[in-house]
Amino acid sequence: MFKRQRNLQGWLFVSPWLVGFFVFTLYPILASLYYSFCDYRVLTPPKWVGLANYAALLTDRDYFLPSLWNTLFMLIELPLALVIGLTMALLLNHKIPGIGIFRTIYYLPSIMPVVAVAVLWLWVLNPQYGLLNAVLTPLLAPFGLQPPGWLADPKWSKPAFIMMDLWAVGGSVVIYLASLQNVPAHLYEAAEIDGAGSWHKTIHVTLPMISPVIFYNLIMGVIWTFQYFTQTFIMTQGGPQNSTLFYALYLFYNAFRDFRMGRACAMAWILFILTLIATLIVFRTSARWVYYEGERN
Amino acid sequence: MATEAMTTKRQLAHWKQSKVWRKRIAVTAVYLILIALSISFLAPFALMVSTSLKTEDRIFTETIEWIPSPVRWQNYADALQSFPFLLYLRNTLFVCALVVVGTVLSSALPAYGFARLRWKGRDTLFLIMLATIMLPAQVTMLPVFVMFRTIGWTGTYLPLVVPPFFGSAFAIFLLRQFFLTIPQELSDAARIDGCSEWRIFWQIIVPLSVPALATVALFAFIGAWTDFINPLVYLTDENTYTLAVGLQTFVGRHSSEWNLLMAAATVVTLPLMVVFFFTQRLFIEGITLTGIKG
Repeated sequence: MFKRQRNLQGWLFVSPWLVGFFVFTLYPILASLYYSFCDYRVLTPPKWVGLANYAALLTDRDYFLPSLWNTLFMLIELPLALVIGLTMALLLNHKIPGIGIFRTIYYLPSIMPVVAVAVLWLWVLNPQYGLLNAVLTPLLAPFGLQPPGWLADPKWSKPAFIMMDLWAVGGSVVIYLASLQNVPAHLYEAAEIDGAGSWHKTIHVTLPMISPVIFYNLIMGVIWTFQYFTQTFIMTQGGPQNSTLFYALYLFYNAFRDFRMGRACAMAWILFILTLIATLIVFRTSARWVYYEGERN
Repeated sequence: MATEAMTTKRQLAHWKQSKVWRKRIAVTAVYLILIALSISFLAPFALMVSTSLKTEDRIFTETIEWIPSPVRWQNYADALQSFPFLLYLRNTLFVCALVVVGTVLSSALPAYGFARLRWKGRDTLFLIMLATIMLPAQVTMLPVFVMFRTIGWTGTYLPLVVPPFFGSAFAIFLLRQFFLTIPQELSDAARIDGCSEWRIFWQIIVPLSVPALATVALFAFIGAWTDFINPLVYLTDENTYTLAVGLQTFVGRHSSEWNLLMAAATVVTLPLMVVFFFTQRLFIEGITLTGIKG
């Protein structure tokens, strides 16, 4: 077939995405970069102010820096979710009767609409009558301790959110499970011949083989953490004492409550650069711990 | 000599038996952990349903009453009344339907181009597309809002349903992975018979890819159903709200009527649970194919 015709055909097939890429991705990226250097209140045209937005944000000890810190704190969730998710996936990887039912049960919370999760957990976390403290009170009583006030207490509000998210860890469990089942059986057999027990098989066969999936989940987890919005918007609106004012929430407030588009775009770009740096770090170190089947030769 | 062989045999039998026992103990331990985890994962759901059926005076009790008495079904009627559930359901289904159609159609075509055609620039474009999956939504969200506002689309469903007609990077990736698994010989044979790529796409690839297309449709449906920030930003008239935004307004108005709130949360969750139970296989297949969840 003619080469030119073949090339044209390829471009035609991807054109729906390509148009969307220009209109909904590339142009907005550039526009938000431009707005981030402007004082832009939506109703009046943008006015160039140079680095003023960035300077104002990076010296804002009341809102911006706390929101960044709160979000960084939430990154604790990633290793927790990794360990818990992997352990659950390893448990589910046993071929025993009824295992499908457990898989379904663990997955259920992750398909519940986030808004409904937020409403439900407001009730679960209720300090006085909630389920969590009903369980904790008798456990802590022998030590003379009281369960915390969770969302009402600035010290415990972030851990409360982390716990709520871990309830929905089933989404990544299913991903890990799928990758576990892709590990070729002959590798385990070879390890067994060499005398490896189940612990050594997990460390030296399973983990290296599924490391690309762990790697991907880690990167997406960082991005997801910086986008954390719906839960706080519904449950705490950033309180108490701004302890749950997360990055995405403060960005939303800037853009849609205070109509400071320019400043919100500067926040978006700082976020962009931060995720790029985080991704680069994970990528750079990945050569040491991520194993790619195809790269052996 | 003979006794030696006997002891070895006995030892072997003993060893085998102990291995069986060890395995039984291990399986029992796995079951116990799985059950304990299940209880902690299901407890919030149980609490939701049980609270949704309680009368007002039985909600705030010293110890949690798991089985409501008396059972008050009226909560559901009350919740649905102060929260126009049917209207919001209709709005949500309308948005979901368009998002599903748009995503499937406009993702299948580019996926075909990336998976089954060879052309200049393909691999570069594919990498760019993959990179956009990692782009934080906030970077594009604000200028897109300004854009839709300028052309007067805020307050309508258009900002929610038009972008999916330009494909979704995740869906394209998933479909591409699936199209790659279809033997190339099928296309080659059709090409020799003079079939155009367009016909190969519709008459060979699409019919063979129904499970993958269904998976993409399912993920798009769930995404649209649970989407919160877009309806929140773009829908201004309360009568146009989707369930997610509607539920949030409901929370603001009934902040301590936990029985009604739980009834509303149950009602918003239930349809998704039903869909999930009937389509579990598609979920698992989609995840296996990409290693990403929707």
